[in-house]
Amino acid sequence: MLKGQAHKFGSDISTDLIAPGRYFHLRSNLPELAKHVLEDADPEFASIVKSGDFVVADSNFGLGSSREHAPIIIKMAGVAAVLAKSFARIFFRNAINVGLPVLICDTDQIGQGDELEVDLAAGIIKDKTNGIELTFSKIPEAMLKILDEGGLVPYIKKHGDFKL
Amino acid sequence: MGKTLVEKILSNKSGTDAVAGGIAIAKVDVAFVQDGTGPLAVRQFDEAGFAKVANPDKSILFLDHAAPSPNQQLSNDHMLLRQFSKNTGVQLSEVGEGVCHQIVAESYASPGDVVVGADSHTVTAGAFSAVATGMGSTDIAVAMALGKTWFRVPETYKIVVNGKFQKGVYPKDLILHLIGMIGADGATYKALEFAGDTIDAMSMVGRLTIANMAVEAGAKVGLFASDETTRDYLIKQGRGDSYVAIAPDADAVYERVIEIDAGTIEPTVSKPHTVDNTALAKELGDVKIQQVFMGTCTNGRLNDFAVAAGILKGKKRHADTRLLIAPASRKVLSDAIAAGYIQTLLDAGATIMPPGCAACVGVHQGILGDGEVCLSTANRNFKGRMGNPDSYIYLASPATAAASAITGRITDPREVV
Repeated sequence: MLKGQAHKFGSDISTDLIAPGRYFHLRSNLPELAKHVLEDADPEFASIVKSGDFVVADSNFGLGSSREHAPIIIKMAGVAAVLAKSFARIFFRNAINVGLPVLICDTDQIGQGDELEVDLAAGIIKDKTNGIELTFSKIPEAMLKILDEGGLVPYIKKHGDFKL
Repeated sequence: MGKTLVEKILSNKSGTDAVAGGIAIAKVDVAFVQDGTGPLAVRQFDEAGFAKVANPDKSILFLDHAAPSPNQQLSNDHMLLRQFSKNTGVQLSEVGEGVCHQIVAESYASPGDVVVGADSHTVTAGAFSAVATGMGSTDIAVAMALGKTWFRVPETYKIVVNGKFQKGVYPKDLILHLIGMIGADGATYKALEFAGDTIDAMSMVGRLTIANMAVEAGAKVGLFASDETTRDYLIKQGRGDSYVAIAPDADAVYERVIEIDAGTIEPTVSKPHTVDNTALAKELGDVKIQQVFMGTCTNGRLNDFAVAAGILKGKKRHADTRLLIAPASRKVLSDAIAAGYIQTLLDAGATIMPPGCAACVGVHQGILGDGEVCLSTANRNFKGRMGNPDSYIYLASPATAAASAITGRITDPREVV
């Protein structure tokens, strides 16, 4: 069971907003890059996010570039999962590959700062602040196999090949 | 049941019956990274315990996003990639050779290929009838090592375009028009397949521009059937023997069909800060611009500079508008010099930059100041994209960009030609 607070974002949160190009030179220094996570969407986010919190966004989260640094630094900031109405496809696949759960649900029901409990196995999100219970779309089976191993590198180390 | 282009190619490359919605594990023909995604791919390659690359002749490391390097951190990243090339025998495309997607078009992608790159605009090679898509660094590290990757076979939207473009209208206007119509997530997880008499008559350069921007509607790939135009382009690059004719089956199943009359499209612009925020150039009013940027994997090819030079010949850029030019590859630059386009652009007051991504990614070579406005021929106008979150990016065709460089405000090219 994951427990934490919701940090709300709008729609079309691009990878440029998550990991801005002006910090391109920090991509080989991920702890330093992580200090700027989501900076151009919310300059305060990196300083207020706590370990176990959730990023909760509207639709098309993660559109844009293939930079895997985007889900990596979200995870490094302590975020337990990203919840959104929909995700851009490269970001979704990258998040699974780095072991960051990405959950598709009706995020309109969740308020800024709400206390959430997420049961990944049962597919249930409980908003303790407003008492609402939500379900999220099942992560595709092939991707669940990768996520269950903690990401693509641990998956390949264990299986040596794609056994999806 | 008939197959779409993506189903056909993935069936062939997976040795299975690939049908939309299923999973296909496919052979990878071309795999690449660039200097923004490559260092992480190298680390993941090492972390996974790989030592060998499956197909080093068609695995490429491109130094294009920060080229030449603007600072010591990125110089060190370049060194890491050069060393990986020495260790594994994969190809290195050095600083100044050009943008990865243009070099893949010139030297690597062929009809029927699976092309994967750690760059979202890998979709560009869809113009060759290749299943070409962007992935993250880890996926590409694994694809380089194993020579294969997995796909969820996408459903396909067929985009049927018929009719002739009006004067001053180009393939860039068509793809901006389409993205404005269906939205930045209008084709998420889907394949786009382009057809119709406008597409049949279109040059490879035009098809590359359109395929390049498929991802801006969320698509996994933007595909074109291969034809004589594809074959001629490959022959010109010295790769005629790699031509294969590929077309979708007549009874292929499409999730959606969108029809567009090319004759109704007018010069189109994406306004800040999303690509689907489109408007007609003539309706924008007085949008003053401090910078015009012409280049990139979208519109940095010879034909694009031919159009721009045609409009700028004998004219000068507006005194308040910088004009930055970055050819997409060394070959494009060389050909543009031979054709006289570079001299024309220099005479008009342009700054010529080395082949590469240049100002597009906000790393170097044309970062905007606070509150500044840029009109770019690139594919993305997200907030902060060009290095400053307090700046504004509009996207348009090379014709609109050239016309606007003269007037200093966003201008319908039909006003000046």
